[in-house]
Amino acid sequence: MNATIAMITFRAMLGRRRALLLFALPLVLILLAVGLKVTGLADLEVSTGVLQRFGLATLLPLLALIAGTGVIGPEIDDGQIMYVLTKPIPRQVIVLTKLAVAIVLVTAFAAVPTLLAGLLMSGMTEQVAPAFTVGVLVGGIAYSAVFVALAVVSRNAVTIGLLYALVWETLLGNFAPGAKSASIQQWALSVTDVLTGATTVKSTVDLAVAVPLLVAVTAVGTLLAVVRLRSLAVASAE
Amino acid sequence: MSELKLENVSRWYGNVVAVNGVSMTIGPGVTGLLGPNGAGKSTLIHMMGGFLAPSSGSVSLDGAAIWQNPNIYRSLGLVPERESAYDFLTGRQFILAMAKLHKLKDPGTAAARAIALVEMDYAADRIIGNYSKGMKQRIKMASALVHDPPVLLLDEPFNGMDPRQRLQLMDLIRRMADEGRTILFSSHILEEVERLASHIEVIVAGRHAASGDFRRIRRLMTDRPHLFLVRSGDDRRLAAAIIADGSARSVQLTDKGLQVEAVDFQRFTWLLPQVARDSGVRLWEVSPSDESLESVFSYLVGK
Repeated sequence: MNATIAMITFRAMLGRRRALLLFALPLVLILLAVGLKVTGLADLEVSTGVLQRFGLATLLPLLALIAGTGVIGPEIDDGQIMYVLTKPIPRQVIVLTKLAVAIVLVTAFAAVPTLLAGLLMSGMTEQVAPAFTVGVLVGGIAYSAVFVALAVVSRNAVTIGLLYALVWETLLGNFAPGAKSASIQQWALSVTDVLTGATTVKSTVDLAVAVPLLVAVTAVGTLLAVVRLRSLAVASAE
Repeated sequence: MSELKLENVSRWYGNVVAVNGVSMTIGPGVTGLLGPNGAGKSTLIHMMGGFLAPSSGSVSLDGAAIWQNPNIYRSLGLVPERESAYDFLTGRQFILAMAKLHKLKDPGTAAARAIALVEMDYAADRIIGNYSKGMKQRIKMASALVHDPPVLLLDEPFNGMDPRQRLQLMDLIRRMADEGRTILFSSHILEEVERLASHIEVIVAGRHAASGDFRRIRRLMTDRPHLFLVRSGDDRRLAAAIIADGSARSVQLTDKGLQVEAVDFQRFTWLLPQVARDSGVRLWEVSPSDESLESVFSYLVGK
């Protein structure tokens, strides 16, 4: 970890206009939770539905995409990464710092709002709120690693990430059960499933499969980012 | 005293060869990397700065390979051509961050020294996004100097600067060189290189076209055969007179006028009016027809 890189990255992330998205999405989740609570519609089924569909399946991948690609992608595109790369700093320190910043952002803007929304709607009933929070957190770590790697590897990281989150995880998952099992979202849901007694939360993947896959994806993503950053060729101006 | 060494370096992108078999050694003092736009100067600087792997050959700094070796940045400073720094930081925050990234013992003092060196104290507390082009160039320069490196690479440092900023930067680069640093800068403008560099490397179309001190290069450039287009009252008579005089290698009669290939630029321009007067021909127009930098460079490549 490098405090200077973290400071610059935080300032870049929270100073940009896209940072508004970081605030807007979780705000919608919390407003939705408040609305459901006030109107008395927030029974256990509705609460888990909102936390799963909106929190885990929409808010989390989108926020992880913004944070994961945002911590390093624009810097590579604009060439400022040169100022970090021309320092005697091991490349893995740069990647790990960027990843840590992304995870902190995902925690603040996805995991904490999920906890708040859950507590608002269902209190501690069947441990739903903390279970989803942990699910969002572990999913967020894996997503962040994947999206940071994607941003180092490709200039079209945001597009590819969106396609993965929307087409693969959401759309294909509805039609092909096989595709559904091969998604970070399902692995995260599997962790949530184990932690809550609510029967409305059902994952298609076993915890014994989900946890190793989450760990593997996180490790591979991080490693790939380090390897590719080591030989990052800065686009020539010519 | 540090030495950058390129040995038989080539770099290609797919089927396009950007740099072709370049060998050069860059020692202390100011070296100018001269060549037309698109010649491969940036590709070369990127390889020297460790941002591009040579497809073949080797690039080293005092014997240590540069590619995938972050430790060389302890003794190398790089000023990229791209303008963008971290626009949301102030100049001082930016340089201080760079000093910290270098893990300098006293980053505050190092940052203040670098900022003073480029004379940016007066604007150091404004954010970089509001700087002018020349100020950005100077703060980038400070970022490359903050760890006091013996080697400095500058990619097109004068681009977009006004004449006053240009002079200031030239002064600064000269001072850096007087301290014994090895400085390389690229440019496509001969005058810039001539005013600043004691040593010149010329790159044309990816190939190393010439190397040496600027007088030698200058002579190579003015000694080449020059093409002139001459229009006069009587082209045929003038052609005969020019041929008879011997200051031209060939004269061609075209419908636009006379195409003259002069052997000696100065002698020809001095003689032509006399020849015309002596033979009673009135000159209407004398224009050099191949003075573009590209034609100068392509002549050098031919050599």
